[in-house]
Amino acid sequence: MLPEEMRLDGNAAGGALRELFARDVTAGLATCGGCGGARPVGALLDYGTPLGVVLRCPDCDHVMLRLTQVGGWLRVDLSGIAILALPNVPAS
Amino acid sequence: MSEPRPAVPGGPAPLAWRVATVRGVSPASAHARTLVLDVPAWPGHRAGQHVDVRLVAEDGYQAQRSYSIASAPEDTGVSLTVERLDDGEVSPYLTDVLRPGDGLEVRGPIGGYFAWDVVAGGPLLLVGGGSGVVPLLAMLRHRAHAGAAARARVPARLIYSARTLEAVIDRADIERLEGATEVDVVLTLTRETGMEWTGRRGRVDRGLLAEAGWPPSAAPRAFVCGPTPFVEAVATMLVELGHEPRHVRTERFGPTG
Amino acid sequence: MADRPFIARGFHGRRPQAHPERLPPGQYETRDFPVLSAGPTPRVSLAAWDFTIHGIDGGSVRWTWDELHALPRETPTVDIHCVTKWSRFDTTWEGVSVDTLLDAAAAQGVDGGAYVVAFCDGGYTTNLPAADVTGGRAWVVWGYGGGPLPPEHGGPARLLVPHLYFWKSAKWVRGLRLLARDEPGFWEELGYHERGDPWREQRYRGDP
Repeated sequence: MLPEEMRLDGNAAGGALRELFARDVTAGLATCGGCGGARPVGALLDYGTPLGVVLRCPDCDHVMLRLTQVGGWLRVDLSGIAILALPNVPAS
Repeated sequence: MSEPRPAVPGGPAPLAWRVATVRGVSPASAHARTLVLDVPAWPGHRAGQHVDVRLVAEDGYQAQRSYSIASAPEDTGVSLTVERLDDGEVSPYLTDVLRPGDGLEVRGPIGGYFAWDVVAGGPLLLVGGGSGVVPLLAMLRHRAHAGAAARARVPARLIYSARTLEAVIDRADIERLEGATEVDVVLTLTRETGMEWTGRRGRVDRGLLAEAGWPPSAAPRAFVCGPTPFVEAVATMLVELGHEPRHVRTERFGPTG
Repeated sequence: MADRPFIARGFHGRRPQAHPERLPPGQYETRDFPVLSAGPTPRVSLAAWDFTIHGIDGGSVRWTWDELHALPRETPTVDIHCVTKWSRFDTTWEGVSVDTLLDAAAAQGVDGGAYVVAFCDGGYTTNLPAADVTGGRAWVVWGYGGGPLPPEHGGPARLLVPHLYFWKSAKWVRGLRLLARDEPGFWEELGYHERGDPWREQRYRGDP
């Protein structure tokens, strides 16, 4: 099976992202630092499990977020997200 | 386990692992079982959300998976419907080993994108492949609690693709929802060889979506869930049929069990 | 959390121990070949494909697909170990030794330092000590199991460094950058180990 047939989406990263943000961000809108397109975090493409979360832009494949929880540390690279917009009243 | 801080429904809160207790198990299909969990300090959930499940062995070996919540927010307990994947390592444990009274580590509820409430409106177009029907059934169960007037404002259609008749999850409950809560259900079987099945066969294609779904002019809220190739094919076809991309929400299920 | 985790009654995971002496600590044997990728399968035509070694002083040497295949071939049979705890025994590969490539580079005045970074189509990178890709322990492979290397496993070509955790065996590899100082790669930046010896369980940064 090719990686693109196995990829998940930002929904699957929701639990790990809740540890980081302490609120749901899957309904938030992330603007891609590569192409400028905005998508809900839940609709981003999730590669890379189980070493870590790698969320990519569905339009241009740009890496938007990388997240690992290893060795007692939570590490995140958000440099691929230009803007993250979240509902001011978190859903959960 | 450290005790999680009291969670406020709808409010920001750290997400902690909690040890749930299995209250009951029941068959959902020939390959799937439903676990009813009592989760301490459960803050409530929205239809379509999931939980993460973590299994830790005596020697520290860990495995973690996500499972959609099958029950409505209004139901008591948190139900997970788990399909057994024969070469999986978590799903056979959940379907074959776990029994009432056992503990199970979960964190959740998780997700706000692939979630739906009656107040979000409709019409509702639900397209599920395999066990991807589970969060969609949670939406229909939530809608069933809403009362006839609210339901009339949110008409719902379910297109469900399963391999065989015996693989259909919660068939009796789907028929109950169809009869009692005015859901249009189209079931299509991709690998059924038995002659007794006189219904639809084959994959979900553009013709089926055009015929059994809503027209784009009805501006339905579409939720598509199933294996990755299924979800991507269906979402692409819906957009090609003229549905607004932002109204087509997707959730991909992985092949690891 | 410092607390003891909750133990799931009767959960043992999927870990038959057929050849315990061949399994590094914490690993289990699988007969599958799981696919782990940080991105989609890159598409590149073999006509446009090349493999490049960038030296420490800015020089470089480049091989086309056909030129790489004209180098002496080796067919290693090795055990591989993934940091996600599966190991697979007796995998068979075909390719060229990294020694051969580095020797050819050195002959053209392209010299290296103590470290290398493998770079790939799709943007993936991984760093390794130079000593771990020399001495007959690393290859650039284009064949697997008697056939071409399938794209999901890194074809047309991948790095193969079987004595280290398999994330070091970069899929879809396009070259090596030779460096004087270590430079963390895609997963190493996020806390995975600089070297990744499975026998010493060097999974994460700070593991001895």
